[in-house]
Amino acid sequence: MKENYLNISFPSLPDNVSLSRVIAASFAAQLDFTLNELEEIRVAISEAVSNCVIHAYPEHPGEVRLELRIKDDTLMIKVIDEGCGIQDLDLAKTPAYSSDPERMGLGLVFMESFMDEMTIESQLQKGTQVLMVKKPERSKNSSHDCQ
Amino acid sequence: MKLELKRNGRVLTVQISGELDLSTSPAFRSRIEEELGQDQEIKHLILDLQETNFIDSSGLGAILGRYKTIVQRNGKLTAVNVPPHLQRLFELSGLLKVMTICPSLEEAQNLD
Repeated sequence: MKENYLNISFPSLPDNVSLSRVIAASFAAQLDFTLNELEEIRVAISEAVSNCVIHAYPEHPGEVRLELRIKDDTLMIKVIDEGCGIQDLDLAKTPAYSSDPERMGLGLVFMESFMDEMTIESQLQKGTQVLMVKKPERSKNSSHDCQ
Repeated sequence: MKLELKRNGRVLTVQISGELDLSTSPAFRSRIEEELGQDQEIKHLILDLQETNFIDSSGLGAILGRYKTIVQRNGKLTAVNVPPHLQRLFELSGLLKVMTICPSLEEAQNLD
């Protein structure tokens, strides 16, 4: 049974988006993910942390907590902020919904597409917690073989 | 991220090295808009992604923004040397409705 975790906090600065990608991908590489799956994790974490920078703390940088966990063959990623929260979660999840012409409104769509599970809990003026779960396809196949 | 811009007739080719994300997309936007603003003769934009190792939705948004400028000039947006993982992002995003992928830069440059 494999277990590991890593918790870090950082300010919601654009430069920390790439840092969070590197950390999450390095941590995820402890599992049997393919390069393509690691790429998907990099995109998902990038979207989650970018949302903290753009939406959670639109005026001034605030704190972002990144919690990475491995339990057995599963990677769990939590991205937590104490920012302004999401007013309408269903609207935010709508593909191509964005008020900014330079943005495609695809962040949540990519997070849902590239991870096995994605859940969001959000409260206005209290913050948002995103949980993303992913298991290597090779582990899924080998567990099926055992049955 | 490093950008290398080359002008060939009415075509502007931009080679993107590194990562196009929230942190780097403002520089991508301003550098290309500056070039397009200075030269109204430029009609088409080619993105060479050979050295691009990461793009997320912020980067895709920055690309879409440049399409909006180019399409006002009746130009075309083309990507060349697209790695497989980026091709998948382009497909998922719907960007391929407005951007063509060409296998080679030579082929992409035959636009006018």
